[in-house]
Amino acid sequence: MIATENETYQEQHATFQLQFSPAWLVELRQRGFDAFTRLGIPTKTLEDWRFTNIAPLVRRPYALASLAHSDDETTNDEIKALVQQATLDEEFHRLVFINGRYSDEWSLMHDLSVGVVIDNLGNAICDHPSDVQTLLASDHKLDDSTFAALNTAFINDGAFIDIPDGVVLDRPVHLVFLSIGSNHTVSHPRNLIRVGKHSKAHVIESYLGHGDAYFTNAITQVTLEESAELDHHKLQHEQVGALHIALTGVDQRTSSRFRSHYFSFGASLARNELNCVLDGEQIETTLNGLYMPKGDQLMDCRTRIDHAKPHCKSYELYKGILDDRAKGVFNGKIFVHQDAQKTDAKQSNQALLLSDDAVVNTKPQLEIYADDVRCTHGATIGALDEDALYYLRSRGVPAELARKILIFAFANDVVQGVELPAVRRHLESVLLSGHELSEDILSRRT
Amino acid sequence: MTSENTLLEEFVQREYAHGFVTDIEADAIAPGLSEDVVRLISSKKNEPEWLLQWRLKAYRHWLTLEEPNWHNVKYPPIDYQASIYYSAPKQRPKLNSLDEVDPILLETYEKLGISLHEQKILANVAVDAVFDSVSIATTYRETLEKHGVIFRPFSEAVHDHPELVKKYLGSVVPYSDNFFASLNSAVFSDGSFCYIPKGVRCPMELSTYFRINAQNTGQFERTLIIAEEGAYVSYLEGCTAPKRDENQLHAAVVELVALDDAQIKYSTVQNWYPGDAEGKGGIYNFVTKRGACRGQNSKISWTQVETGSAITWKYPSVILQGDNSVGEFYSVAVTANHQQADTGTKMIHIGKNTKSTIISKGISAGVGQNNYRGEVKMMKGATNARNFSQCDSLLIGDRCGAHTFPYIEVRNSTAKVEHEASTSKVGEDQIYYLRQRGLSTEDAVNMIVNGFCKEVYDLLPMEFAVEARKLLSVSLEGSVG
Amino acid sequence: MLEIKNLHARTLDIEILRGINLQVAAGEVHAIMGPNGSGKSTLAHVIAGRDDYEVTQGEILYCGQDLLGMEIETRAAEGIFLAYQYPVEIPGVSNKEFLRIAMNSIRKHHGQPSIKRTEFVSLLKENLSRLGMDKSMMDRSVNEGFSGGEKKRNEILQMAMLQPKLAVLDETDSGLDIDALKIVADGVNALRSPERATIVVTHYQRLLDYIVPDKVHVLAGGKIVRSGDKSLALELEDKGYGFLQELALS
Repeated sequence: MIATENETYQEQHATFQLQFSPAWLVELRQRGFDAFTRLGIPTKTLEDWRFTNIAPLVRRPYALASLAHSDDETTNDEIKALVQQATLDEEFHRLVFINGRYSDEWSLMHDLSVGVVIDNLGNAICDHPSDVQTLLASDHKLDDSTFAALNTAFINDGAFIDIPDGVVLDRPVHLVFLSIGSNHTVSHPRNLIRVGKHSKAHVIESYLGHGDAYFTNAITQVTLEESAELDHHKLQHEQVGALHIALTGVDQRTSSRFRSHYFSFGASLARNELNCVLDGEQIETTLNGLYMPKGDQLMDCRTRIDHAKPHCKSYELYKGILDDRAKGVFNGKIFVHQDAQKTDAKQSNQALLLSDDAVVNTKPQLEIYADDVRCTHGATIGALDEDALYYLRSRGVPAELARKILIFAFANDVVQGVELPAVRRHLESVLLSGHELSEDILSRRT
Repeated sequence: MTSENTLLEEFVQREYAHGFVTDIEADAIAPGLSEDVVRLISSKKNEPEWLLQWRLKAYRHWLTLEEPNWHNVKYPPIDYQASIYYSAPKQRPKLNSLDEVDPILLETYEKLGISLHEQKILANVAVDAVFDSVSIATTYRETLEKHGVIFRPFSEAVHDHPELVKKYLGSVVPYSDNFFASLNSAVFSDGSFCYIPKGVRCPMELSTYFRINAQNTGQFERTLIIAEEGAYVSYLEGCTAPKRDENQLHAAVVELVALDDAQIKYSTVQNWYPGDAEGKGGIYNFVTKRGACRGQNSKISWTQVETGSAITWKYPSVILQGDNSVGEFYSVAVTANHQQADTGTKMIHIGKNTKSTIISKGISAGVGQNNYRGEVKMMKGATNARNFSQCDSLLIGDRCGAHTFPYIEVRNSTAKVEHEASTSKVGEDQIYYLRQRGLSTEDAVNMIVNGFCKEVYDLLPMEFAVEARKLLSVSLEGSVG
Repeated sequence: MLEIKNLHARTLDIEILRGINLQVAAGEVHAIMGPNGSGKSTLAHVIAGRDDYEVTQGEILYCGQDLLGMEIETRAAEGIFLAYQYPVEIPGVSNKEFLRIAMNSIRKHHGQPSIKRTEFVSLLKENLSRLGMDKSMMDRSVNEGFSGGEKKRNEILQMAMLQPKLAVLDETDSGLDIDALKIVADGVNALRSPERATIVVTHYQRLLDYIVPDKVHVLAGGKIVRSGDKSLALELEDKGYGFLQELALS
């Protein structure tokens, strides 16, 4: 069985490598493919995959997705609908990728300040080969993960954002990844983001699709130079039936600030890995996440924060709301290296179980090799707060409505961490869709 | 204040106090492990056929297992063929009274502060003393028997109460449970057996004192405690070993069974030889401890103070089967010098309204590495089950490590799990404050550490709490400065 | 309006109320006093409908209806309001919107249309200023991060907005300084009318200087051991609760 899988991917890769590409890229892809072959599909016996059984889902190899033809009218309508659905604000820069390839037709670019590059990776490989190589090289042990290696083996397109020193990007950059009419196909978007010294940016990644049984295998690599700031949002709205595996690797230098806002709603199986390396002093890292699986969805959230240098702070808040037969996995590691004295790390993971058939597995971990640190983590799993429910009901709010209010309030904490109003509004409407409540019920952070 | 002063005196004592060797003639079998060795151990104990067969099943299963590697401790590969699996002091075949125990052995226990002469011993504590592979004396037997409490060496219980041993042996920790439990099941030599009948509150604390003496010898004891409906028992366990340059293996198994309304309180002060300051020698302590709250309203508490051993690998667990049953785990684990600990607990909630509490205090000093690893599982039927866990780590010195790995799984929407963990160091401002009030740095650290552990100490039986404090001072001594 | 007959209630472990008899007519203010642990708060929560307590005997009639058979929110909609001793914090839920939803839920129960937003806002403004509350508190989460006094005022604000028929104030005076106490008392007095009734549960006489009761009942050991007029409260203040324990035992 495994031989067949590998053979199929081998063939795919050989064909893929035939396209014209610079030698360094061909070599990088080959290295990725070799690592993929060596690692194989992970099984549940591996600690990192103990609660997420991926093997059955990838047993039948996915074919490489091709560019959807938008001259086909039905496809065109599908794309239009999805782009509309994804759009947060017409004022944002918008880069649309269909089945892993950049689509000029659906993208919307506003004017850019001098030196700012916002482009697709395909172009950047030709126009800025050395920058692309530098950013790709920021490692994050990509060769140790099967799916990251597979992405590297098929690097082709994605977003390329390079902000020079001293620029505050006035408009957020919205990256929209669509999978269209794809029957058992896979796309491997690779995004590279660099924010220069004292620069500032907001980036949003949205994932949507149409047609089930497709597979998105994405990697985003972020480099924040000294005193750079980035708010990174990810809105995972894949079609149910899809498989979504993603890794975001962040390298932070001195005094930089990174804030991640992860929202997971879609896909049958969504596994999101977020690794931050705090390689400098006075760095601040904030990771906020909300995952809401229902039906038979499985959502696996993994974060790792490496405190490599002294005097850094990290805050992490992940919340899960699980209904029906859904499964949630949270694995958050805070690693404090020997040199990282005066580290201040807080991690909190909370999950709400709305059904007796839902399961949550939580593994918050502290691994600490420095002594002068303040590290805490907390995990709470349970049902809705009975006292709050009673309080609302004793003011006349019917029980069912009171329950809904409390569920939204639970999620609201993470939503209110988002700075961009358009993104916050989008999330509030997703949370409240199908209910009679107005978004005013969610108290605002002041 | 007097006791405080004694503690401080203990603090300056530089050596592992229990590191002496008793020179006594031993009946040992040759190093190595095979089916023949298993048969030999069984025949030395004159065991019934069913027990031999059980051992052999365990041995054959063990051969198929690999040593676990998921823990966060490092040690060179253990050569299981180099260890001696049975060693017993030569003695008369059957003892009629304590007076017949070899005086050298009695002296050994005197030196350890455990008197086996009933007139001298701590009132209200019955002691079973296990020396290398065998139990050498059990005190207060008659008093206990009047209440129907059976407390005796495991090897005797096999003969005297085969029906009980057969019914419960391996019922909580099956022979196939894990690598070290399988090994123990194949070669276990002795240990303690207690049975508290229905409705009986055990009139005194029961205690087993383990001593490894012989060189190159592994100790594999097995403890089985059964509390029948409405019974109560408090059980204490202590351990020491001589200082030797080689690492010695200790792989014990403890099984507890609590039926309806029964309560078992199990306290451990573990002070196996930790190795020297360079990390040479010391005991590898790979222990499987598990209790089953089988009955409704039953309760099992584990309280442990772990200061010894080069490596500690143990997860005293509770399976909460009975409705309304309660599981508790209170632990202080110290790793100083080159010690490593990977310890914690598992609370498996099966019954309704089951409750568990976990309080773990880890202290790391020197280059010690302290890992808390715990699992809390709420199964589907665990309606309204509750868990609260708190894991605090204290770091002394900048080359040690403290790590927390909780695993939480919830399958019932009415269950509630709360976990909190924190890591901090002994504050310089705290030390400064205490020194300004006249304490030495070491006394100040001692005081802070004792305060950090107070929650757990308060739960230990009195005599043990004092011993635990002393041990902690000794193991941390020299780590500041 | 409220008629409690031989009410017995217990938690899982212990019986707390052991035969309460109480009648409160419209227009009246009753004070229930008693030492800690006498069952005052339990009585308040049994009226509100908290299901932690099991009623083992007796009945409560509210405007002629069987109160114990009603859901918590139905009781609220029918006009029962409990001002909590420890108001619950609900992170993430807007104070203002919660209040609007509560009002509309109650209106819906009576077949009335929802309140207009503008009408709601002006009503809210009016009550806020009367209670000396800052309007920024409305945008915060329900009771989250409020001081003790702010929480109690928030309870009175809710009461003013929801206009209950029967208000039960559970130790509303605890943790309040004298200024806050006056404001809270003014809020309660403003609601006094011939159609409404109030039960004030308190440990101290102090609050009764501001909210003057028609009747005072002393609760001890789960029973009403004495009833009287306002002077009973003063007598209690004078003698302490000690002598009542004996009454309860006899």
